[in-house]
Amino acid sequence: MNEVQQYDAIVVGGGPAGLTAGIYLSRARVKTLILNEGTLGGQMILTHEIANYPGVESINGFQLANIMKKQAKSFGCDLLANINIASMSLGDDIKTITLSDGKSFSAPAVILSPGGRPRTLGVPGEGKFKGRGISYCATCDGDFFTDKEIVVVGGGNSALEEAVSLTKYASKVTIVHQFDHFQAFEHAIEEAKKHPKISFIMESTISAFHGENGLESVDILNLKTNAVTPFKTDGVFIFIGYVANTENLKGMVALNDWGEIVVNSDLETNLPGVFAAGDCIAKRYRQVTTAVGEGTVAALAASNYLHRRKQSHS
Amino acid sequence: MLYTNLKHIETAAQLEKAISDNENVMVVCGRMGPMCIPVYGIAEDIEDEYKHVQFFDMEFDNPEAVVIRRLPEVRGFMGIPFTIYYKNGKVVKATSSIQTKEQVTTILNKEFGAPANKKTL
Ligand SMILES: Cc1cc2nc3c(=O)[nH]c(=O)nc-3n(C[C@H](O)[C@H](O)[C@H](O)COP(=O)(O)OP(=O)(O)OC[C@H]3O[C@@H](n4cnc5c(N)ncnc54)[C@H](O)[C@@H]3O)c2cc1C
Repeated sequence: MNEVQQYDAIVVGGGPAGLTAGIYLSRARVKTLILNEGTLGGQMILTHEIANYPGVESINGFQLANIMKKQAKSFGCDLLANINIASMSLGDDIKTITLSDGKSFSAPAVILSPGGRPRTLGVPGEGKFKGRGISYCATCDGDFFTDKEIVVVGGGNSALEEAVSLTKYASKVTIVHQFDHFQAFEHAIEEAKKHPKISFIMESTISAFHGENGLESVDILNLKTNAVTPFKTDGVFIFIGYVANTENLKGMVALNDWGEIVVNSDLETNLPGVFAAGDCIAKRYRQVTTAVGEGTVAALAASNYLHRRKQSHS
Repeated sequence: MLYTNLKHIETAAQLEKAISDNENVMVVCGRMGPMCIPVYGIAEDIEDEYKHVQFFDMEFDNPEAVVIRRLPEVRGFMGIPFTIYYKNGKVVKATSSIQTKEQVTTILNKEFGAPANKKTL
């Protein structure tokens, strides 16, 4: 049996929300551990340029993540990246988290900030052709599609903006969108609509991906008529929004119908001592600044909870 | 050169030497971008545990990286990083795009063997 390492607070997820919580908690001398499943920084490191972070004119997401990480560390916060959480017990006064390598950690306060990840279509062939014709990142993989015909799936800001940016490489871009209208800012819609290389297939989605070694064609399902049309393409970029990383929290904390954690204005969940912040919570706007703000509120509320708990125990 | 803490490969000759001097080699060939950074991070994290494997990175846009970009095993790859696993100088596995730690360690354990000191639950 491994020894359980004790902390005052454990933060699950080390994106901007979790790192900010770590900075605030450690600075307040709350013994804090951040556990992060992937690379520290979260979705921030997927962002080439963050131009809307006040006080910093423009910064690469990777750099901003590194600064936040350094700040948290400098205040004494422990950080563990690329871990896998095997189990969590959050209902008791002392919460325990066990990793798949057997290490266990306990603390009276937990802040959940596991963020989100790109939504996948979840249709046959999607796993097989990831990196072989299907991409979720235009800036990473756009140049592989130079002079090729590609499809962009989605109708929000990122789909339309990335479709326009992909015209730098692709000879033709077809946007496939499930509704008859877009959910993007007017300027993004205008720019995509007037672009000579972009065409549209509305009220439709992709229902399957086909090919031998790489992607060769897709099935386009018309959502109004249910007709399926094969469509030849060299690549598909999928930008259909994000889902909260809360699968392992189901049945543990209150989630809404979209799997987002339900919190009050102090970012308390339905469990005493368990707080949540960032893209994983039920809210409208998902940005680095909102995540950072919520990381702050959750950390201050958790510090306050720890203080009250200490008083009631003494 | 990439901004990682991995050992860098900058020339085709260095790659040749790395795979001939070491039995088990993993090379992550990418850019400082969203799909690549997580894979470098995983390699950095497991380097100490997988002492029987040598981990390297190589910049995708370095002209010398053509030795990786032209491997038959990466034909059809359209997502960076290209991650190549070499055993005794031969490619035993190659993956395209972002991978999870679990995906990487599954390949390492299968192709090169699990680390001797690996904890079991
Ligand atoms: C391509 C892209 C561009 C963007 N551009 C901008 C921009 O310009 N400006 C802006 O303000 N916002 C931008 N955003 C949005 C912004 O990045 C997010 O709103 C913000 O990162 C959310 O922060 P977070 O801490 O809540 O979650 P995340 O950043 O998602 O971080 C969560 C972390 O938790 C980890 N995790 C997940 N599950 C677990 C688990 N079970 N256990 C432990 N760890 C776990 C994840 O690996 C991740 O590292 C962009 C997002 C993307 C994808």
